[in-house]
Amino acid sequence: MSLLIKGGLVVDPSTHLEDPLDLLVEKGKIAALEPPGSIPEEGRRVIAATGLVVTPGLIDMHVHLREPGEEYKETICTGTRAAVRGGFTAVACMPNTKPVNDTAAVTRLILDQARAAGSARVYPVGAVSMGSKGETLSEYGDLKAAGVVALSDNGRPVSNSMLMRRALEYAKTFDLPIISHCEDLQLSADGVMHEGQVSLKLGLKGVPGAAEEVMVYRDLTLAALTGARLHIAHVSTAGSVAIIRLAKAMGMAVTAETAPHYFSLTDAAVLGYNTHAKVNPPLRTEMDVRSIKEALRDGTLDAVACDHAPHSSLEKELEFNAAAFGLIGLETSLGLTLKLVHDGTLNLIQAIERLSTGPARVLGVAGGALGVGSPADITLIDLNREWTVDVGTFASKSRNCPFDGWTLKGKAVMTIVGGKVVWEEESRG
Amino acid sequence: MEFRRKDLLGVADLEPEEIQLILDTAASFKEISTRPIKKVPTLRGKTVVTMFYEPSTRTRMSFEIAAKRLSADTLNLTVSASSAVKGETLADTAHNLEAMAPDVLVIRHYASGAPHYLARRLKCGVVNAGDGLHEHPTQALLDLLTVWLEKRKNDKEPVRETLTGLKVAIVGDIAHSRVARSDIQAFTKMGSQVTVAGPATMLPPYLETLGAKVTTSLVEAVRDADVIMMLRLQLERMGQMFMSTIREYSQFFGLAPRHLNLAKDDVIIMHPGPLNRGVEISPEVADGPHSLILEQVANGVAVRMAVLYFLIGGEKG
Repeated sequence: MSLLIKGGLVVDPSTHLEDPLDLLVEKGKIAALEPPGSIPEEGRRVIAATGLVVTPGLIDMHVHLREPGEEYKETICTGTRAAVRGGFTAVACMPNTKPVNDTAAVTRLILDQARAAGSARVYPVGAVSMGSKGETLSEYGDLKAAGVVALSDNGRPVSNSMLMRRALEYAKTFDLPIISHCEDLQLSADGVMHEGQVSLKLGLKGVPGAAEEVMVYRDLTLAALTGARLHIAHVSTAGSVAIIRLAKAMGMAVTAETAPHYFSLTDAAVLGYNTHAKVNPPLRTEMDVRSIKEALRDGTLDAVACDHAPHSSLEKELEFNAAAFGLIGLETSLGLTLKLVHDGTLNLIQAIERLSTGPARVLGVAGGALGVGSPADITLIDLNREWTVDVGTFASKSRNCPFDGWTLKGKAVMTIVGGKVVWEEESRG
Repeated sequence: MEFRRKDLLGVADLEPEEIQLILDTAASFKEISTRPIKKVPTLRGKTVVTMFYEPSTRTRMSFEIAAKRLSADTLNLTVSASSAVKGETLADTAHNLEAMAPDVLVIRHYASGAPHYLARRLKCGVVNAGDGLHEHPTQALLDLLTVWLEKRKNDKEPVRETLTGLKVAIVGDIAHSRVARSDIQAFTKMGSQVTVAGPATMLPPYLETLGAKVTTSLVEAVRDADVIMMLRLQLERMGQMFMSTIREYSQFFGLAPRHLNLAKDDVIIMHPGPLNRGVEISPEVADGPHSLILEQVANGVAVRMAVLYFLIGGEKG
């Protein structure tokens, strides 16, 4: 059935469009975009979008869906439900499953499960090295043919600089970007939070910003050497921002992302040994937060990706040192990013760009645009809705979210994937 | 002033008035240990459990003696880190112990924040007997007691008055020392000027935000000092790139008789123990007339008696 989304403000960063328009969806694609009232309603499901913003479907290019292997934390089904509930029509899932997504068979399993779940699109990210062990390259050509859109040894960063060089070159052969988790494992050692005033006070071992920055610099020089596509994951420090800004000014084709927690929280969130604020890279300082916001504004950072990392109470209800790193974000990412619109850091087009058009461009996937003929992946957002985060209502299987109880302004109210309404707020019924 | 806490987790959250109250009580309890019958019935029928996830002789014995002098029953649980890793979680262990209805749990743990984790989950009181790199509050309290009793002009002088303006040098591996973190905060709270010294590898960034002056020179730290606190050097730090050789460490950061000439005439020398003689402290200094190292141990019992008294027997409502 065709859908007529009527009366909304259509925002499309790919064409700098921000106009009241009606949008017609037919056969899973955008069929028309016309001035309000000019598309007839007969025989169509009419979706009243007055007061709402209609955007290209949001894309989170960095999530952990935990399937296969750790289904007690999340499955592709629950993870993609969390995604569409948060306004995301597509997610890219990291390869650190059990087994690691280093072969086409695992990629196909992920895609099969995603199809069966039938909510958000899933773009698998393959492993840089076999088993993410940092020893031998995995089969990039085969992985790509199976559906992988990028490569990463996320969480187990490539320490060997020669392997990183070869990985960049080999990925270039198949036109795949490498998503680098930048962390010098010798410098981060046993660190469990940012090295600073708070770690000193709590007696917790710290990870200095330098542990990230030295690897950002290494990977940038290797990308320059090889001419490969490099994307820097979860940028957390002012220093990394400065290096990436410089590289872009020099004309390098590097891209980068940050996560909402790096512009919403500081290391002070760890006080009281709060394990929900234990994340890698760690929450940094006010100065870093300011710098990350500025980088989102000026485009040094191309994407907001929440690094959704579900863990159960078995991993989180522990002493701080023993707890796992990671927090979940799919259901709060949009609300936290819209805070930056409400506080004047970003305009609406910039916010949607970082949440949709930017990640589509980085990954080279469809979406991120509302042109006639594009797949009908669409998010309807109520910008002014105030709501309180309640982890008890989350679609995710896990509850490790440091934003529980926060009041946010702005929320997805309907999510459409390929012309199908995959989620809508109950009150809309 | 009443002491209303359920737990003693760190110096960071103690008010100066609470410290005064604990030290006053500790000072009065000291006398019990000098009696022929070293026991009072104050905590009769109460149970104190000590749970040690790290090796310790002195602190555990000190808590046990403190509890026994007040007639509490004591139970010691020593858990090796490896068996804890294999077995049940810390919370489960503690809940099991709590089911046996102790009144207070004294815990030492290798993870910073472990006592806070238990305190949030348990109804009984929790005393932090050292957590990771974080705090060792009873050590700081006994250090304050030692300096106060030694330096006060008369029995009536409050702790803050005695300690205000005193120059306290803390020397050694500050980065890995929970004693240093607690002592810096304790002495600063009571008005002393704290200077910390050590090689830069062992001085974590932002130390000055705790109120301490920071230097890499032992000589500078001990000049005009009223109190010099030497920290134990953990010898395995050499392999972890925090220092070169023990020989060089003792040459630049070991306290020797020549350093005492730089300090005040009545300087007192302290060390939380156990000593590495000839490494961070020379035998002449450790055993010399300025040393109060054994007095610290005696005061430790009194301070722990006071802490147990306030948590389970005292003036809590």
